[in-house]
Amino acid sequence: MIQTLRENKKLQGLLLILPTLLWMFGLLIIPLILTFVTSFGGRSADGNVIYRFSLNNYLRLIGLTPEGGFDPLYLQIIWRSLTLAFQTTILVILMAYPLAYFIARAPAKRRNTLLFLVLVPLWTNFVIRIYAWIMILRTQGVLNSVIGWLVGLAGGHFQPFELYPSQSAVLIGMVYEFLPFMILPIYTSLEKIDNSLFEAAADLGANALRTFWRVTLPLSMPGVVAGTILVFVPVIGTFIVSDILGGRQVILVGNLIQRQFLDARDPAFGSAASIFLMLMTLIVTLYYTRRFGFGEEIAAA
Amino acid sequence: MAEYAVELRDISKRFPGPSGELVTAVRNVTMQIRDGEFFSMLGPSGCGKTTSLRMIAGFELPTEGEVYIHGKPMGKTPPFQRPVNTVFQNYALFPHMTIGENVAFGLQMDGVPKSEIMARVKQALEMVRLPGYEKRRARQLSGGQQQRVALARSLVKRPEVLLLDEPLGALDLKLRKDMQLELKKLQREVGITFIYVTHDQEEALTMSDRIAVMSGGVTLQVGNANEIYERPNCKFVADFIGETNFLQGKVTEQNGKAVTLALAGGLTVHAEAEQSLANGTEASVAVRPEKVNLTGHAGAANQFTGRIVSVVYIGTDTYYGVRLPGDQLLRAREQNDRPDSRPMAAEGDEVTISFSTQAARVLTE
Ligand SMILES: Nc1ncnc2c1ncn2[C@@H]1O[C@H](COP(=O)(O)OP(=O)(O)OP(=O)(O)O)[C@@H](O)[C@H]1O
Ligand SMILES: [Mg+2]
Repeated sequence: MIQTLRENKKLQGLLLILPTLLWMFGLLIIPLILTFVTSFGGRSADGNVIYRFSLNNYLRLIGLTPEGGFDPLYLQIIWRSLTLAFQTTILVILMAYPLAYFIARAPAKRRNTLLFLVLVPLWTNFVIRIYAWIMILRTQGVLNSVIGWLVGLAGGHFQPFELYPSQSAVLIGMVYEFLPFMILPIYTSLEKIDNSLFEAAADLGANALRTFWRVTLPLSMPGVVAGTILVFVPVIGTFIVSDILGGRQVILVGNLIQRQFLDARDPAFGSAASIFLMLMTLIVTLYYTRRFGFGEEIAAA
Repeated sequence: MAEYAVELRDISKRFPGPSGELVTAVRNVTMQIRDGEFFSMLGPSGCGKTTSLRMIAGFELPTEGEVYIHGKPMGKTPPFQRPVNTVFQNYALFPHMTIGENVAFGLQMDGVPKSEIMARVKQALEMVRLPGYEKRRARQLSGGQQQRVALARSLVKRPEVLLLDEPLGALDLKLRKDMQLELKKLQREVGITFIYVTHDQEEALTMSDRIAVMSGGVTLQVGNANEIYERPNCKFVADFIGETNFLQGKVTEQNGKAVTLALAGGLTVHAEAEQSLANGTEASVAVRPEKVNLTGHAGAANQFTGRIVSVVYIGTDTYYGVRLPGDQLLRAREQNDRPDSRPMAAEGDEVTISFSTQAARVLTE
């Protein structure tokens, strides 16, 4: 028995992934199948799921009403989610890259402290942190008070920004929330680059800027790709940030799904939206990783 | 045209150490490297070879002193503006580029036109005997091949000086020997000044026009292979390059170069010295094992009887350990060139050994 195990590499591998496999099966595959099945169902008058096969939920999502009309409501929600996720990801990359670069180039002793500081905010509960942004962004909030005070000092008149609740507030909250998930993988890939490669570039005649474009940036792309996936995927499905900072105005796919399960009591439609969201995410990430290569940094982060 | 390709004038380099104190890596080093020369820096690990090389390349700035390249003081000139190129010990090939892109990189940085780049890359790869490897990636090549790509990448820029930091360190012995010959040949062909760092004395001796022997951050001796081997100027050099016997004694007489010393056990040695020595000076006499004859010579200046304590056969040669009166040990190396090649003596035998005055050098440091 042990002898066979020793010789059979395949069996060894199977044994090693067995716990994960069971876990994934119980908590991912089965629920996924249930969701998939439910998404073709319908809602009974008292809010229960009727299991059947109908594409109505999907048709409703893309705006086709049973009466043959067109209602772009859900498409707008999907579009809003996509744009917000893209905007968040791009802003996060722009902010995270310089920071990650700075940390990676700091003296080795300082690096750990800096990374630690990046992670400190994560100790506070996510919801509380997002609520804190209300205090900052609302019309009588910290931001407007400070700017108003400064403008007042200069003798001007300041019309406070009405940032909360709004889509901009949601964007700010998301960028804030997901920044660490971009910093870490970019840092990892930057830190991994052998210092002698920078020296080789300089030696061959590249100044700092050209070294960055030709060596640093391409070699840190795996980190950017990994970070993008770590940010884009959760952002497109999130509902808490938009709930808190968007008031009732900013409805994203996440909010839509949540409401189908809780308020509207239509799990079938919620399931269809979930499957749709998943496919959308899958397509975007697939396209993206095909295009830019897949980052091993996901694992590292 | 300046006299020297590279000149280090009284260079020192200190690094901040782990607990704030300064560590001196290089101390008052002065070296003059001639144009077109194959110049080696040789020394044990940590003696400051890499640091010296990096100061020439511009990766480190000297704490004191100045680096001159073709007579121009380098000051704080950054690496990318110096007319030198480096072949790194770990090759440092760009992993995200093909071999062709790696080699082309330096030319692109110089703004060489595209058509010319293609031709020069091709030519450089042919020169290092890797024709047609443009499309491959670095990790698909063996260590020796990567080494050659690194070489091509530097040489394609036609630098005035090429710096090589233990470029063969990672290769196995056989490949290293081949590459040594190839490098030497290449250097002659392209006529570029090579500054070569190694801790392998044999490598330095076979390849270099001149060698600087370094230890503890200072240069001990600069000279060609013959000078360094035959006329070491200190005990460290005598010991580090090849093998040496040291006999301890006191100077009793000096007459020009000829010095007489009294050893323990009542022996008298006739040796040569470059420096003048006061009578009574403690000194070492360095004698190479191969210069010691196991059979006495009637006319030899130095002739002692001793007892064989060890016989070590190493194929081409045999080492005989001889204990002299006064308990000094001397190793003699004899070639096994006789047809029967039986050992000349066995352990416990009494033998008379001899060596000439020229074979014995007096060293005080
Ligand atoms: N960046 C640095 N910071 C602190 N100390 C350094 C630094 N670089 C080198 N040193 C120290 O300077 C001394 C000389 O180092 P160097 O790398 O020049 O030695 P080397 O002769 O090249 O040795 P090896 O043959 O092992 O490569 C060593 O004691 C080393 O610890
Ligand atoms: Mg070194």
